[in-house]
Amino acid sequence: MARIIEKKQLANKINLYVVEAPRIARNAQPGQFIVLRLTEQGERIPLTIADYDRERGAITLVVQEVGKSTAQMALMEPGDDILDLLGPLGTPIEIKKVGRVACVCGGLGAAPIYPKAKALKEAGNEIVTFLGAQTEAMLILRDELSAVSSEMYYATDDGSLGSKGFVTGPLQEYLAAGNQVDEVIAVGPVPMMRSVCNVTKEYGIPTIVSLNAVMVDGTGMCGGCRVTVGGETKFTCTDGPAFDGHLVDFDELSARQRFYRKAEQVSMQEHVCRIGLGGNE
Amino acid sequence: MSKRVEAIKQDPQVRIRNFDEVSDGITSEMALAEAARCLQCKKPACVKGCPVEVPIPQFIQALKDGQVDNALAIIKEKNSLPAICGRVCPQENQCEKYCVVGRKGEPVAIGLLERHVADNAAKTDAIPEIPVKRREKVAVIGSGPAGLTAAADLALLGYPVTVFESLHEAGGVLRYGIPEFRLPKKIVDEEINYIRRLGVDFQVNVAVGQTVTIDELKEEGYQAVFIGTGAGLPYFLNIPGESLAGVYSANEFLTRVNLMKAYVFPKYDTPVRVGKRVCVFGAGNVAMDAARTALRLGAAEVNIVYRRSREEMPARAEEIENALEEGVNFICLSSPLRILGNEQGEVVGVVCQKMRLGEPDASGRRSPIPIPDSEFQIDTDTVIVAIGQGPNPILTRTTQGLTVTKHGYIVADENTGATNIPGFYAGGDIVTGAATVIAAMGAGKRAAAAIHEYLLSKSNATVSQ
Ligand SMILES: Cc1cc2nc3c(=O)[nH]c(=O)nc-3n(C[C@H](O)[C@H](O)[C@H](O)COP(=O)(O)OP(=O)(O)OC[C@H]3O[C@@H](n4cnc5c(N)ncnc54)[C@H](O)[C@@H]3O)c2cc1C
Ligand code: FES
Repeated sequence: MARIIEKKQLANKINLYVVEAPRIARNAQPGQFIVLRLTEQGERIPLTIADYDRERGAITLVVQEVGKSTAQMALMEPGDDILDLLGPLGTPIEIKKVGRVACVCGGLGAAPIYPKAKALKEAGNEIVTFLGAQTEAMLILRDELSAVSSEMYYATDDGSLGSKGFVTGPLQEYLAAGNQVDEVIAVGPVPMMRSVCNVTKEYGIPTIVSLNAVMVDGTGMCGGCRVTVGGETKFTCTDGPAFDGHLVDFDELSARQRFYRKAEQVSMQEHVCRIGLGGNE
Repeated sequence: MSKRVEAIKQDPQVRIRNFDEVSDGITSEMALAEAARCLQCKKPACVKGCPVEVPIPQFIQALKDGQVDNALAIIKEKNSLPAICGRVCPQENQCEKYCVVGRKGEPVAIGLLERHVADNAAKTDAIPEIPVKRREKVAVIGSGPAGLTAAADLALLGYPVTVFESLHEAGGVLRYGIPEFRLPKKIVDEEINYIRRLGVDFQVNVAVGQTVTIDELKEEGYQAVFIGTGAGLPYFLNIPGESLAGVYSANEFLTRVNLMKAYVFPKYDTPVRVGKRVCVFGAGNVAMDAARTALRLGAAEVNIVYRRSREEMPARAEEIENALEEGVNFICLSSPLRILGNEQGEVVGVVCQKMRLGEPDASGRRSPIPIPDSEFQIDTDTVIVAIGQGPNPILTRTTQGLTVTKHGYIVADENTGATNIPGFYAGGDIVTGAATVIAAMGAGKRAAAAIHEYLLSKSNATVSQ
C-alpha cells in the first residue's frame, strides 16, 4: 500500500499525485518508472516517475485519464491508498554533459522528460524545451520545465499558444536556423516520436526516446513489452524505457500497442456503466 | 497384483469449457486399495527417487492404518507443500520410476496418495511448536517453492524471516505460471497462509536489485540471505516475426490468465486475446499449460509445434495425456522458421520446416535435423512461445561480486546452496535453470539447514571472542 499525500489537477483529465514511497524515492533515478495496481481486479499499469523527493520519501506521478485504471485513479484523493506500487523499474538514462540538449515533449510526455531535463541541467547542460499539446490549457509542467530551460518553444494543435501544429515544427525551425544541438530527448505519442526522429536523423543528432510499450510485470519476466531496436529484441521494462530513437521499429511498437484497444474499450465501457449506476458519490 | 488406481477426472468436453481443477483425485476407498499395493520395502527404492526423501512407505502405512492425519504429519517432516507436490511433481521420473511394484506391473500411484493425504487430513490452523526464538534476521528473495520452503524451515528453527517478492502476490510459478485447472490457487493460498502463521513476514512489490539492493538489506540488519528468484526470463527463438502483435511468451500469456485472471475479463481488467487458432512452440509443462489454457479461453484449434517426437517431450506424462484428451493437436518433428503478419502487424501464420531425429545430443535426447525443402504453413491467430526460460538478471546485475555462470545462473554449492559471498545462499531455478517444484523445494530445504549452521557458527564465533 502506498498513500497519496497530494493531488493537483494540471489540465483537463491530467492529474499530478505525490505518493508516499520511501524505498522507491530512495533509489529512483531519472528515466525510471513504477508499476501500480489500484484494486484486486485491476491491471498492472506502468507510470513514469515524474519527480522524486528522497528526504520526504515521496515520488510524483502524472496521470492522464485514458482507460479504466487511469479513470479510477482520477477518482482518488489524498489519504487514499494505492493497493500495489512497485519500483523503481527500468534502466535510468545516462546523465552526462554533452552541451545543449533539446527536450521535445508531446502531451503527457512532459512528465517523463522533466526529471531528465532537471538532471541534465544539473550535469551542466543547456536545456532547450519544445512543449506541445492540443491546446494551451493542456500544456503541463510549463513552470517546472521553464525553470530548467534557457529557452522554451510551444506548439499547439489549435494555435492557442506558440506555433500552430505539431511540436516538430518549432524544432525543425530551430535546427534550420543553424542552432547547434548535441542531443535530443523526445517523449510523447508514437507518431510524434517517430517524426522527431525523422527530423533529427537528417541533422545527425543523437536522439533518445522513451517508449510506452504494453507491460504486465515490468521486471523482464513476461516479454510482453518487447520492441525491436536496431534489429535486436529488447525488453522495454528492463533494457529501456529509453532507447536510441533512430533504431526503434515504431511500426511494430504501434501494432503491439493497438492489440488490446478493443478490450480496453470494453473495460472502460463497463467502468462507465458502473459509475453511472453508483450515482454521484 | 491389482490394477493401479486412476484419478477421477472431469470429462474432457466439459472441462475445456471451465477453469476448474481437471482431476478430483481419488476416494478414500480407492486410496486404501492403492495403499494395499505398496510392498512396504525394507530398503525403499522410491524414497531415493524423491528429491526431498519423503518417507513414502511410512506415510502409506499410516494411510493403510486409517490414520490420514498421521500420514500427513509424516510427509510434512520432509515436504512442507504436499498438496502442491501431489499435483505437479513428475512422479513418473521420480519416486514412481523406482517403485519395485513397477518392475513387473504398474508402480504404486504415490503422487495420487500424497495428494489424497494432503486433501483429506483434518484442516487445522495449528502450527508446530517453535522451541527457540533467535535474533538473527534472514531475508528470502523470491516466493516460489524454493523461497517458501527455505522461509518455512528457517521460521521453524526460530529465525525472524522476511520474504521479498517483486510481484503483488506470493507463490512464484505456482501463482503466475501453473494454471488454476491444474493447481487451484486456493491450495497455494493455504500453503502460504501456513507459512505466514509460522511468523514469516511477506513483503510483496519489492524487486530486490531495484527497490532495494542486497547490500541495503544487510544494512537493514539481515544477517543471511537466500536467493530463490527463479528462471523468469522468457526465451524466444529469434526468428522473423516474433514481435508481431499476437505473439506471446508463455510467461506473458499465463501471467495474464493466472496472476491477473484474464479468464474472467472484464470482471478483472487485464485482457488476453487468443483468437480462433493458436500455435504453441515447445512441448514441456509450460507449453501444455499454455495450450490447454488457450482451449479454455475459446480457441477452436490449438497446435503444439515441437522439433522432436512424442517420446522426447519433456512435459509430465499425465499432462500430455490430458492435452490429447482435450483435443490439442501435436505437430511433431516440425520447427518454426518464421511468423507471418498482416498489414496491421498482427500474426496470420507460421512457416515451419520438417525435422528428422539424428544421434542423441548432450541432453541424451535424439537431436532434430532439418529436412531440406520441407517447408509448410500453419494459419494461426496467436503464437505462444514456450521454449524455455533463463535467469532474470535484475538481482544478479546489481549484486556486486556474486559469481554467476556465463548464462547468468548463480553459482551455488549443491549441498548447501552457499554462493561465493559468505552469508548469501541460493537455490531453485536461479541456480539449476528451469527444473521442477520439488527440486526447488529440496534446494530451499538444504539452504535453510546451511544458513542455520552458518548463523550458529557466527554467533559462536562472537561468543568465544
Ligand atoms: C507454466 C509452468 C508449469 C510448470 N509445471 C511444472 C510441473 O507440473 N511440475 C513441476 O515440478 N515443475 C513445473 N514447473 C517448473 C517449476 O514451477 C519451477 O521449477 C519452480 O517453480 C522453481 O521454483 P523457484 O522457487 O526456484 O522459482 P519461481 O517459482 O520462479 O519463483 C521465483 C520468484 O521470485 C520472484 N523474483 C524474481 N526476481 C526477484 C527479485 N529480484 N526480487 C524479488 N522477487 C523476485 C519471482 O517473481 C517469483 O515469484 C512449471 C513451470 C512453469 C513456468
Ligand atoms: S513488462 Fe514483462 S517483461 Fe517487460
